[in-house]
Amino acid sequence: MNHYTLWHALVGGILIGLASLLATVLSGKIPGISGVFGRLLVAATPDKTWRAVFLFGLIGGAALSFALWQSAALFRPMRPLVVMAIAGLLVGFGTRLGGGCTSGHGVCGVGMGARDSIAATLIFMVTAMVTVFIYNRVAL
Amino acid sequence: MKAGKLVSFFLAGGLFGTGLAVSGMTDPARVIGFLDLFGAWDPALLFVMAGAVGVYGLGMLILRRAKNRNLKLPSAASSPIDRQLVIGSAIFGVGWGLGGFCPGPALANLGALRVEALLFVPAMAIGTLLAQRFFRADR
Repeated sequence: MNHYTLWHALVGGILIGLASLLATVLSGKIPGISGVFGRLLVAATPDKTWRAVFLFGLIGGAALSFALWQSAALFRPMRPLVVMAIAGLLVGFGTRLGGGCTSGHGVCGVGMGARDSIAATLIFMVTAMVTVFIYNRVAL
Repeated sequence: MKAGKLVSFFLAGGLFGTGLAVSGMTDPARVIGFLDLFGAWDPALLFVMAGAVGVYGLGMLILRRAKNRNLKLPSAASSPIDRQLVIGSAIFGVGWGLGGFCPGPALANLGALRVEALLFVPAMAIGTLLAQRFFRADR
């Protein structure tokens, strides 16, 4: 497991799909990470407990995987911290305005063939690619 | 909510975090490598999406066919593709390309207490609150 291959990508993706499926059956909702996280921050959300438990599980599962496998623990920072903070702000704002992220729209919505999710996914893929293209040419 | 169900939610989250870490998507270099079409392109994210979308799509299809009355499944109906969806998704993409983090991997990296995640996640919370407060963006 220590040498990363595209099999890791595929198997990891299958695990993400299974986890999303399980969380959908358990909650009766589309368990996109930005939505699960975002609604935790809304006082009026009635079902905060499972959201918090699900996200703690996510963090715990990742922590365990980082400890078990070198290939999973690989982390290569690409951006200065100030850029990471700006990126976080935009990701939080954009996912809530757009109603989902890579999991809610990208995995669940696209998986169910929802037109809005397919549109959202195409849009954020394209603007992300354009952003990387420009960043690589502008940043010092 | 029953304890057993909460344990199941914890396991679902654990499976999700494991998938993110195993898939390499917690490494921003791999994500940015995929987004960098004109650099040394890394196809890994495409394989992750194929696995995840395939399993989820197929799984939902089977679950819907089962027509189990006890099973409450979310609607697959599309919301209108309106200005909020387009602009929001475009802004999300800019942030994703800037940082190489989307929400899942950012949270997953809290599991290693990485300073990038410790900075990104609170900023993401602020962005979330701004959208929810000023645009009633809770779709």
